Amino acid sequence: MATPSTTPSALPSLSAADDVAKLTAPSAVTETGTAPPAAEADADAYERTHVHGVYEAIAPHFSATRYKPWPAVAAFLHAQPPGAVGLDVGCGNGKYLGVNRDVFMVGSDRSPSLIAHARTRTKQLQTQVVAAGGAGRDGGGVAVGTDVLVADGLVLPFRERAADFAICVAVIHHMSTRTRRQDAIRQLLRCVKTGEAGRTGGRGQVLVYVWALEQGTSRRGWEEGGEQDLLVPWVLKSRQKQQKQQRGTKNQGGGAPEEPGAAPSHPDPVFQRYYHLYRKGELEEDVLAAGGAVVASGYERDNWWVVAANEPVHQGEQ
Amino acid sequence: MKVLTLNFLTCAVKTCKSSSDSFPLHPKDAELASDDVEVNPQLLVNLLPRIDWNALRTTSTELGFPQLPEQPPTAEELGADEKVLKDLHSLLIETQIMEGKLVCGHCGHEYAIREGIANFLLPSHLV
Ligand SMILES: [Zn+2]
Repeated sequence: MATPSTTPSALPSLSAADDVAKLTAPSAVTETGTAPPAAEADADAYERTHVHGVYEAIAPHFSATRYKPWPAVAAFLHAQPPGAVGLDVGCGNGKYLGVNRDVFMVGSDRSPSLIAHARTRTKQLQTQVVAAGGAGRDGGGVAVGTDVLVADGLVLPFRERAADFAICVAVIHHMSTRTRRQDAIRQLLRCVKTGEAGRTGGRGQVLVYVWALEQGTSRRGWEEGGEQDLLVPWVLKSRQKQQKQQRGTKNQGGGAPEEPGAAPSHPDPVFQRYYHLYRKGELEEDVLAAGGAVVASGYERDNWWVVAANEPVHQGEQ
Repeated sequence: MKVLTLNFLTCAVKTCKSSSDSFPLHPKDAELASDDVEVNPQLLVNLLPRIDWNALRTTSTELGFPQLPEQPPTAEELGADEKVLKDLHSLLIETQIMEGKLVCGHCGHEYAIREGIANFLLPSHLV
């Protein structure tokens, strides 16, 4: 296994790496490197390089490969009542916006490039009338209730306790310390309703989805007891590289990393994304540490998921 | 960004969250556009009780629209009066802030809106 570097300018040369998070097909065996968890004070800068900078650079490529909703996420969205207000924190290209056309959803992401893709997509949904029965379990119609904005998952701009539900899919595993991962869940919980009497809607629910360490059936070879903090390569194929250069990507979050692929010796640029692979039970522990309650939890296709809520407000409490 | 979205946003600065002055954010130099979107009456009727009506009245006035009534329409009124439904749909769903700023009434921070997208990333000294 290659020893990874934490500086993108000195990346090891990787060959057969591919999009390991690909949903539709089993992924190729990838060369991944272990990544020591960052010190709390350096975590922000570390994620800027190994998460935000990467997504900014690979946005067009990433967006083109991400369009299929996870079944459990789609089911969660369809279970929301008409008129419910929901958030998609780390919405990427917005593939979950418009899944349920009778709710109002606001998607946020740290990457301005991905949000630009999401906006184009939601604008299309808005004018695209889907015939009844043609859009799955909902009755068709147009997706009028979606909007997107740029925000950091740890510094959310949403009115507190106002949303009926929130989803956060494949996001929290990119945060490089446990404190930050728990804080991210805490921020999500602050956005949803507490279920007080006299308020519209019940207790708000938060669906969190993260990559699992235990991927016994996957060819990635990750299993119980293995290293949990990894750098996973993303190879930007030359076609996408061209698009990217035309767009001239820029990270508004404060300094894009140098692009390792810019050197002529690397025809296909390789970007290293940081992942924390969750072990069994860890996600539930993080929900409790964030002050939340676990409503339901489970495993789906190499991922752990949890539905969390705020602790019930008891009568007589202030 | 939709007017409806603004009703669910506050300042991202943590110390502003507890201040009532941080909600709603105030549009500044706003350039508006209107999308043509089909009405979803069920969505609107169910959305209404989730909206902070006082904040919506403030936003609507600040954007230069006619003053909204003090009380939100009831579900019955929305069902019976198509004009009330259409007006609300037009304001909440169709109206877009394309360019401009959103200003926090507590700390004064200005969030930019460009090409219809608001950016809430904060400079590091404000996080
Ligand atoms: Zn503020």
